[in-house]
Amino acid sequence: MSDLAALEQRALGELQHSADEAALRSWHSRYLGDKGEVTALFKKIGTIPPAEKKTFGQQANKVKESLTQAYEQALAREKERALQRSLAEEKLDVTLPGRPVPRGRLHVSRQLLREVTGIFADMGFQVYRSREVEDDLTNFELLNMPPHHPARDMWDTFHTTTPGVLLRTHTSPGQIHVMRETAPRPVRVILPGMVYRYEQVTMRSELMFHQVEGLAIGEDVTMADLKGTIEALAHRLYGQDRKIRIRSSYFPFTEPSIEVDVSWPVVDEESERLTKGTGWLEIMGAGMVHPVVLRNGGYDPEKFSGFAFGMGIERIAMCKFGIQDIRQFWGNDLRFLGQF
Amino acid sequence: MKVPLSWLREYVDVPPTVTVAELVDRLTLAGLEVAGVRVYGVEIPEGVRVKPEDRGPVWAPDKVITARVVKVEKHPDADKLKLVTVEYGAAQPKVMVTGAPNIKIGDSGQEVILGLAGTQYFDGHVSPKQVKELKPAKIRGVPSDAMVMSEFELGISDEHEGIIILEPDAPVGTPYAELAGDVVLEIDVLPNMARCLGMLGVAREAAAIVGAKVKAPSAGVEAKGKPIEGRVTVSIADPKLSARYTAMLIEGITVGPAPGWMQRRLRYAGMRPINNVVDVTNYVMLEWGQPLHAFDLDKLLKRSKGKPPAITVRPAKPGEVLVTLDGQKRELSPENLVIADEAGAVALAGVMGGADTEVSAETKNVLLESASFDFVSIRRTMRQFNLPSEASARFSRGIDPEIVKPAAERAAELMRQCAGGTVASGIVDCYPAPRPPREITLKLAAVRKLLGTDLPALDVVRILQGLKYEMEQTQGETLKVTAPVNRLDIQEGAADVIEDLARVYGYDKLPSRLKVGELPEQKGNRPLALEEKVRDILTECGLQEVITYSLTTPEREAPLQLPPAEYVKLLNPITSERAVMRQSVLAGVLEAAARNLKHTPEVRLFEVGPVYLPHKGEKLPVEPVRLAVVMTGRRRPEFWQGEQGKGENLDFFDLKGVIEALCADLHLPDVRFGKGSAAYLHPGKAAELLVGGKSAGTFGEMHPKVAEAFDLAGKAVLAAELDLAVMLAAVPERFHSVPVPAFPPALRDVAVVVDEDVPAEKVLAEIRAAGGELLTGAQLFDLYKGESIPAGKKSLAYALTYQAFDRTLTDKDVEQAHKKIENRLKHVLKAQLRAP
Repeated sequence: MSDLAALEQRALGELQHSADEAALRSWHSRYLGDKGEVTALFKKIGTIPPAEKKTFGQQANKVKESLTQAYEQALAREKERALQRSLAEEKLDVTLPGRPVPRGRLHVSRQLLREVTGIFADMGFQVYRSREVEDDLTNFELLNMPPHHPARDMWDTFHTTTPGVLLRTHTSPGQIHVMRETAPRPVRVILPGMVYRYEQVTMRSELMFHQVEGLAIGEDVTMADLKGTIEALAHRLYGQDRKIRIRSSYFPFTEPSIEVDVSWPVVDEESERLTKGTGWLEIMGAGMVHPVVLRNGGYDPEKFSGFAFGMGIERIAMCKFGIQDIRQFWGNDLRFLGQF
Repeated sequence: MKVPLSWLREYVDVPPTVTVAELVDRLTLAGLEVAGVRVYGVEIPEGVRVKPEDRGPVWAPDKVITARVVKVEKHPDADKLKLVTVEYGAAQPKVMVTGAPNIKIGDSGQEVILGLAGTQYFDGHVSPKQVKELKPAKIRGVPSDAMVMSEFELGISDEHEGIIILEPDAPVGTPYAELAGDVVLEIDVLPNMARCLGMLGVAREAAAIVGAKVKAPSAGVEAKGKPIEGRVTVSIADPKLSARYTAMLIEGITVGPAPGWMQRRLRYAGMRPINNVVDVTNYVMLEWGQPLHAFDLDKLLKRSKGKPPAITVRPAKPGEVLVTLDGQKRELSPENLVIADEAGAVALAGVMGGADTEVSAETKNVLLESASFDFVSIRRTMRQFNLPSEASARFSRGIDPEIVKPAAERAAELMRQCAGGTVASGIVDCYPAPRPPREITLKLAAVRKLLGTDLPALDVVRILQGLKYEMEQTQGETLKVTAPVNRLDIQEGAADVIEDLARVYGYDKLPSRLKVGELPEQKGNRPLALEEKVRDILTECGLQEVITYSLTTPEREAPLQLPPAEYVKLLNPITSERAVMRQSVLAGVLEAAARNLKHTPEVRLFEVGPVYLPHKGEKLPVEPVRLAVVMTGRRRPEFWQGEQGKGENLDFFDLKGVIEALCADLHLPDVRFGKGSAAYLHPGKAAELLVGGKSAGTFGEMHPKVAEAFDLAGKAVLAAELDLAVMLAAVPERFHSVPVPAFPPALRDVAVVVDEDVPAEKVLAEIRAAGGELLTGAQLFDLYKGESIPAGKKSLAYALTYQAFDRTLTDKDVEQAHKKIENRLKHVLKAQLRAP
């Protein structure tokens, strides 16, 4: 056995016993590094007699190749082993909670407002905003409620210390503003916004809440269009399977006036309470715009007709999410708001 | 309005095919919302929902029976108990034990309600009351298997004291359910349906709905007495305040209890029986909707010293005084309408009678008033004295003068029947300006235009007839209809008539369509859309939107030391906590933050909403929209892994980062931050946001004292209140995007030591100015003071990005540009370069 073969045997033997990556690397520098034994072979090639030079060179190269290959294989094996080891060791308790992400959310009322305005936008209704501090004229009189009209009792009103100035009790005064800006062109708007009622704050009543009012005026707008619009809303807001039911009602600014119920399966105590056990949930008041109001808005009631409807956003949210206490909306507790 | 079905059926034959449940549904859909159904002694009709509190025991026909007391004896063993023997048509009388206080030992002849063994009754000894079954028992040694019943036990009222004593002529041995069993509908009467505050009004609706005819009560009055003419005079001062006033006389009456049937109906309709005179006026009010008032004629005559009483309807004189029925002395003003004689006011018209002319047990002769008053005047008086009553509720909604007379005649006849006496012939009827009939032209085309469909002509006729419209067909598709009496709700034009048609016909039967006609011009609403954009950006920044009360108090906003301005103030606040309209959105958000901090270690809140500021020269305020942001507490949420971020609180730069992100995403041009000043902010940590050179508001860390006033002491509270109008006005209609560079950038750092009071913005501006086009990014990555930096100096280190869009920069390019920046910093800012 030549020296070279012995060297190769020894090196391979040691390689086999190198237990980890560090040992492998130290083996590498011992044999194949700049000062390694194999590298040294090539350095002494000058001392070899010329006749043997070629053979020696070939054999030395062979040894180097064989060792290099063996090293690389061993290293790859070792890396793979180390990877397997760490994969086996690095075990997480995946049931530990994730790192919380600071979240920002829209207020639940805003989410509902957007949903509702979005549905109406799809039907060609544009959003119109009007003031919250109103005059008596626009909030009541022009809506067919002269002073002392009994229907004014339907809205408990906050008055301000300026005579004739009040907090709007509904978004309906916006109807007058939008009509006067638009007449005699057709109208199709929704009027979302905050309204105010002189009411004790309890689980069921608030002194302010959001309303969304809709108004459509044209030369051929009928009760059938109102029904169709309401049905479309009910289907998108509550589900395609919902039915609507229309009851006659009274609002001074619409004639005929109706109230709309949506079918509401009674499945638990909450739905029982909401529907008083009837399976119907009241969702909005509506009607055909009263001729007096059309005239006050600048439209000729002989030529134009229109429909209007209004609904409370927080009420919708309460029904949708089973919220029992209306005070939570303006309580702004993050533990409440964070749920939506 | 409580409507006993037995009473309603007297005026309208509801066909047997129409169940109670169906009637309830159809009334509800037609606008007479049945809010509740109460059952007296009968089974709950199928399909009808009755609230638990409106249910009561069922009076079995073979167990709950009318009976007559034969004798009342002492209980052998108990002082408070008695033995009652009654006969009830059975072979054997029945003896039982009772403690009822309203029969005495030795009594006989009273008619009572007997409950035999097995009777269901309310037990008054447990709360809440429970239905029990009567079982034979020994009471203090005496066997008793029946009882004489009270209203409470039968579920009629909460009247515990004593048993029911029926009217003397009541039949004996009759099932009580036959006599008094009933189903009562509680109808919520809409403001325009005041006519349904009378059974006849409800009957008309029911008739139209089920297609039956209304049977009005007989109108005849037997008036054989001495003519009224010349014995009473009536005048009306102003027909606007009282359209009609009638007087009738009923003489020689005996005041006593009203007949049992009348008492039962009144009770089921929610009124307490008093005596036959008062009960008749109430009964007719419930029947017709017309309130009536009975004066003691002799008391009137005494006031007029025997002369014929001269009744006047007039405004009260200033300071005029009237003692009303309730014994209250009321000082009146011309706002109040009174009924007066020559000696002064005798009644507050439509609201309450006077004590001086009140009917009493001794009254023999009655002057019966039936009138129509101006409802606005009645409303005011009713409110002023806080005297709501069944009568004022009706008057304050308006009474058609056309029903004044028939109601008076009906009441006079019933009084004659129930209280004896004679009705004076004739009536004093002061009706200065009879109401003209309201004729309406109804074109079927108008019905189509409003409802979107044609109603079958037969249905139109049936419905209008049912509702008592009179009609004649003028030509083709046009009807001339006359509004029924007591329909003051019908205004000019056909809309009200069409509503009657639609609601009785049934809205559910009308078609529905989603109109595809011409859409109005589509304009969008940019301010609103941008506000929503602001909300989106802020939520993306991790902030929670809140909506706080727009009502507050000046005291709550005071710590913010806002510029003084007159508040929009409520005249009638419901609580002193909500008395004025806010002038700051921030105050409400701070309050919300303080409440949340009690349970949450960090809050980041914002609100976009209006404030309400006086508008010079205008009655109504301006309502500019503000953005308020409040951030305080820990920067990172708590986490189980390690100490990472713990104890690190939000600071000024967290807030500024949010505001920078907002400005960037709104693409606001020319955004600058300057040193701000606001009394509520820390003087050294306040900034002003300038957009296009205009101030959009201030933000910063709150002054510790102000934070404390909002219950936020301890941690740094970052707050902003910005004027959205200024910001949103600067949002460009469109913006240009910048292409992503195709060539690699070169990165270099520069660190400079400058005087401490040189603003960072200045350093950055110099870097940018010197860097020119090649410098595409300059990011501050370190601010250092302390060791190795001389006192009064600071070190700022920037990561600079050099970039060309058309080529890869050479080292030389970059070296040149970088040198330029270093030189400029050295020269302009006297900066010392430092190895970064």
